[in-house]
Amino acid sequence: MNINELINIVEGTPLTKSFDGSEEILGGCGADLMSDVLASIEPGAVLLTGLCNPQVIRTALMADVAAVVLVRGKNPPESTIKLAEEESIPLITSPFGMFELCGRLHLAGLPSLEKQVGDQQDCDCS
Amino acid sequence: MDTSTPPKTRIVTDQEAEDISRVEELAYELKINEVMTATPITLAPELRMREVLEIFRKKRISGAPVITGDGNLVGILSMEDLIRCLIDTDLDASISKYMTTKLITVANTDPIIEALKKFVGTNFGRLLVVDKNQKLAGIITKGDINRGILKALEHDYQTEEIKKYRASHLFEDIESDRTSLILRYKIKQGDFNRGGQASSNIKRALIRLGASKQIARRCGIAIYEAEMNLIIHTTEGGVLRVEIESNQITIDAYDYGPGIKDVQLALKPGYSTASEAIREMGFGAGMGLANISRCVDQMKIESVLGKGTRLKMRLFLENDHPNNALTIDSEE
Repeated sequence: MNINELINIVEGTPLTKSFDGSEEILGGCGADLMSDVLASIEPGAVLLTGLCNPQVIRTALMADVAAVVLVRGKNPPESTIKLAEEESIPLITSPFGMFELCGRLHLAGLPSLEKQVGDQQDCDCS
Repeated sequence: MDTSTPPKTRIVTDQEAEDISRVEELAYELKINEVMTATPITLAPELRMREVLEIFRKKRISGAPVITGDGNLVGILSMEDLIRCLIDTDLDASISKYMTTKLITVANTDPIIEALKKFVGTNFGRLLVVDKNQKLAGIITKGDINRGILKALEHDYQTEEIKKYRASHLFEDIESDRTSLILRYKIKQGDFNRGGQASSNIKRALIRLGASKQIARRCGIAIYEAEMNLIIHTTEGGVLRVEIESNQITIDAYDYGPGIKDVQLALKPGYSTASEAIREMGFGAGMGLANISRCVDQMKIESVLGKGTRLKMRLFLENDHPNNALTIDSEE
């Protein structure tokens, strides 16, 4: 699946222009906690998130994320769009919620790129 | 059998679009005098057409400007003019009878886009180039423009290659007993909008220096978490110091307060002292230090409550080192 096909499937609107729509996406990852993303995402994935601040783009840069899809039609602040444009990270907003989007992409054949991390057992956050 | 060919739709790829725009830029950047033929063969108006025929044949040209003895540009003679003369069998006539006196000129200091416009507008094969005194400075053909642009594109490419080469061979080029490159970044407390900027710059620098994608990614993630810690948890920010050597990368993140009360507790995944506001931004879930230890080969954290914290991380660039997190053996 490439970025253009992804935009079709999520019925999304690209918020930036500086990207190559033929770039391949290797899989997906959905999370609102950036540390979870940094811990578990593998390179080349699309990141589905409800978080809109510029840190989403920074996280994407650090973790070699192929594209960012904002769920539930969120409109990010200008600073997020500007950073995504500068760093050529495709930033897309979709009207659907996280569950619907994960389902749509999975059905279209996109695998999960969330790797298991071993040290979560004693995580006492409820 | 269907012999009709489908209509061709030309799809311009992004790569092509990029190249086109650079060529378009060059059409405005390159000056006519940079690509023109500066010392063209010229003809005197009193020469016989028979002599012109010889000159064109010997010099393998198909046109030339006509200049009087005192240097005035009076016309241009092309192959077409010569053919007209041959049809008339009038080879003993002088050039002035057959030359074109309606001159299409361009200024030598104009960008080549001006010449291109005139080529499109007139269908001429060559244009006369004049200086600011309207004296002949040279001639320009479409071939000159193509060659000029190709040369400039090649130059761009070589400059970029040299830059990359220099950066990735930095450590081989410099002889010393121990060479290192140190990058320092001041991180301001509470500066969420610029959070991650230092990490992005460090990751870019590592790629430029020839680090593998995996190393750059591991470093980037570890430093990003450390950078966010400095922004979220310190009283007055701190410093990121990255020392790059040919065999290892050593990262220091230090601050001057408030210090960590219980380091062992802070290392526990899920433990966090971050506020609700920080958590809403997607951080402060107590995962930072655990993430860092997963990305680096060695890690050591020292903290004195009320004084400050120093987090030292190290990545080895060769693969023969086991991941023994939480220890950094020797201090240098």
